[in-house]
Amino acid sequence: MTDRESASLGQRKKARIDRLAAAGRISEDEGVSLWQSAWRRLRTDPIFLVGATIVVLFVLLALVAPWIAPHDPTARLLIDQINRQANPIPDPQPGHPLGGDDAGRDMLSRLLVGSQQTLIVGVMATLFGLTGGLTLGTLAGGIGRWVDAAVMRVVDVMLSIPSLLMAFSIAAVFARPNQWTVILAIAIIQVPIFARLLRGSMLAQRHSDHVLAARALGVRPAAIVFRHMLPNAIGPVIVQATLVLAVAIIDAAALSFLGLGNPDDSVPEWGQMLGRAQQYFNTEPQLAFYPALCIIVVALGFTLMGESLREALDPKSRR
Amino acid sequence: MTTATTSTTQPGRRSGREPLLAVEDLRVTFGSRTSRTVTAVDGVSFDVAPGETVGLVGESGCGKSVTSLAVMGLLPARGAQVAGSVRFDGEELLTLSPQRMAEKRGAEMAMIFQDPLSSLNPVVPIGVQVTEVLERHRGMKGGAARKRATYLLERVGIPDPTRRLSDYAHQLSGGMRQRALIAMALACEPRLLIADEPTTALDVTIQAQILALLNELVSESGTALVMITHDLGVVAGLCSTVNVLYAGRVVERADRHPLFATPRHPYTGGLLASIPRLDEERGRRLVPVPGSVADNIPWEEGCAFAPRCPNAGDRCEAETPALVPDRGVRDPRLLRCHYPLAGDRTEEDA
Ligand SMILES: Nc1ncnc2c1ncn2[C@@H]1O[C@H](COP(=O)(O)OP(=O)(O)OP(=O)(O)O)[C@@H](O)[C@H]1O
Ligand SMILES: [Mg+2]
Repeated sequence: MTDRESASLGQRKKARIDRLAAAGRISEDEGVSLWQSAWRRLRTDPIFLVGATIVVLFVLLALVAPWIAPHDPTARLLIDQINRQANPIPDPQPGHPLGGDDAGRDMLSRLLVGSQQTLIVGVMATLFGLTGGLTLGTLAGGIGRWVDAAVMRVVDVMLSIPSLLMAFSIAAVFARPNQWTVILAIAIIQVPIFARLLRGSMLAQRHSDHVLAARALGVRPAAIVFRHMLPNAIGPVIVQATLVLAVAIIDAAALSFLGLGNPDDSVPEWGQMLGRAQQYFNTEPQLAFYPALCIIVVALGFTLMGESLREALDPKSRR
Repeated sequence: MTTATTSTTQPGRRSGREPLLAVEDLRVTFGSRTSRTVTAVDGVSFDVAPGETVGLVGESGCGKSVTSLAVMGLLPARGAQVAGSVRFDGEELLTLSPQRMAEKRGAEMAMIFQDPLSSLNPVVPIGVQVTEVLERHRGMKGGAARKRATYLLERVGIPDPTRRLSDYAHQLSGGMRQRALIAMALACEPRLLIADEPTTALDVTIQAQILALLNELVSESGTALVMITHDLGVVAGLCSTVNVLYAGRVVERADRHPLFATPRHPYTGGLLASIPRLDEERGRRLVPVPGSVADNIPWEEGCAFAPRCPNAGDRCEAETPALVPDRGVRDPRLLRCHYPLAGDRTEEDA
């Protein structure tokens, strides 16, 4: 990729983040009622309902998976059916409706239990990214001046690097990849997005009437930032977090696919299952198909939910 | 340039009352050296004594809000150049550190704004916003602060104050919101209150209630009040002294009664003519000041109001009028006009 292409990619990303910041901002004249009216809209929004249903089912599944899985996902129950040349993957059969994987473990059980790790990776990566982004965004938007300039310089450089490329680079730094290196790599690429988003809506808050009114009452700078700016600026960041969950799950799969994921497969995870499946891709595509389908459906669920949330909170699209 | 004589011939200055707030030759310029600068406030001077209510009147964009923000030290440090002098109880505020200034704001001087809804934090209950001020300046905490907050809300006429403490801004009516903001501003019994168009966003009956409340609170506690408005009708019941601003400069200053009886500046005359009056026959056409601020000429080249002025003559676009004591009226008055309206003092009086 040339310099110019990556620069314009950075620009596009920045423009998108700034649009998001504008969209989710709590409007001056609506306040808390904005969330209420957003909820009223969401309750009848079919897109939101589909997304939320997927997400709720996914989370429920992750919670109860160990109890509803028909078999132990780590037990090599079908190992004696595997023949390296003729039949590398156990076929579907009674008791094993989706067959087995290349180590003879029950596919359905692995998919069900895999939801757990997938959720953990997505949520942890998003939480870490959120923590980093909130810290940087609050520093930049709250303190301003040279802190803002310094933080935003770093953030803009990070944004100008294609995010997957950066995730691969970070993951590749670690000699022995594991679950936490995957989470860390994905978290770091979310940090500049959250930071820029929060900084944008913090700056809008800084010039708002109620912050001026608070300053006119002598309220201390720390209280201005944490009580009067941050809670009003956090809306777009929360919306972004739901979207990032989808991206994190997909990115985790991408890392696994490129061999930068967690090599320990005793605990199933969809991205990792997908990564493992590529060696059989020509002959046994179903091995990749099942985890890929799960990833797509869940990512779609989070995306639909996030996008309709953003839409509902956008003052411009209301009524 | 502005005259330095203004503070010596201050109309409305009661003998023996030292001004609490003395603004002298205040000048606020926006923009950097590279871009075009805007002088929003151009040498404004006025005094306010304890217990006195002084009006700053003028149409949109004449620099009323910028004046009040400059007094409160709320203009952005970068982008706004403030010159002149603002003395509060003898202490120069313009050179005070931001920390010292923040200690004074809310404790010794407070301000209420035009739009009560957007001036309240939408995600923090009213009660927290009141107790926050008490905590900041009085060190009050917990129960004591809540008790005082309840009292304050009750004092400004909010019914059922205990319950209202946990309400959010959007749950209150417009008038209630402004009352809540007044409660916050008066929480620490400041000696100076600046009200920047406190009733513009409210409907007429509520306007009257809020003005009456302000009047009552201020006269009860001896607070000095600066009343900013574009509506001379608001000034009528409240202010002892009125400063009429035009394009960043004071064009006329007088005590309220003589000003209403015999306006001297054609701009004041226009403002007065545009107030609806109960004692006049209905259907009388209100005469607004013709034209808009866009027609102004710079003060350096003459009288900024000249292009809109019914009385404009040869000198107006050639010579900048100075703010000088007006000999055409019996009351002490300052006037910036070459061709004023008829006064109440004839040659024989002089
Ligand atoms: N931050 C700023 N940067 C540049 N110019 C400004 C800024 N704030 C105010 N001004 C200019 O200063 C002038 C005076 O503005 P100000 O807000 O004091 O008017 P006002 O008398 O309060 O009007 P209104 O009745 O509409 O509130 C205006 O011409 C405005 O354009
Ligand atoms: Mg104003």
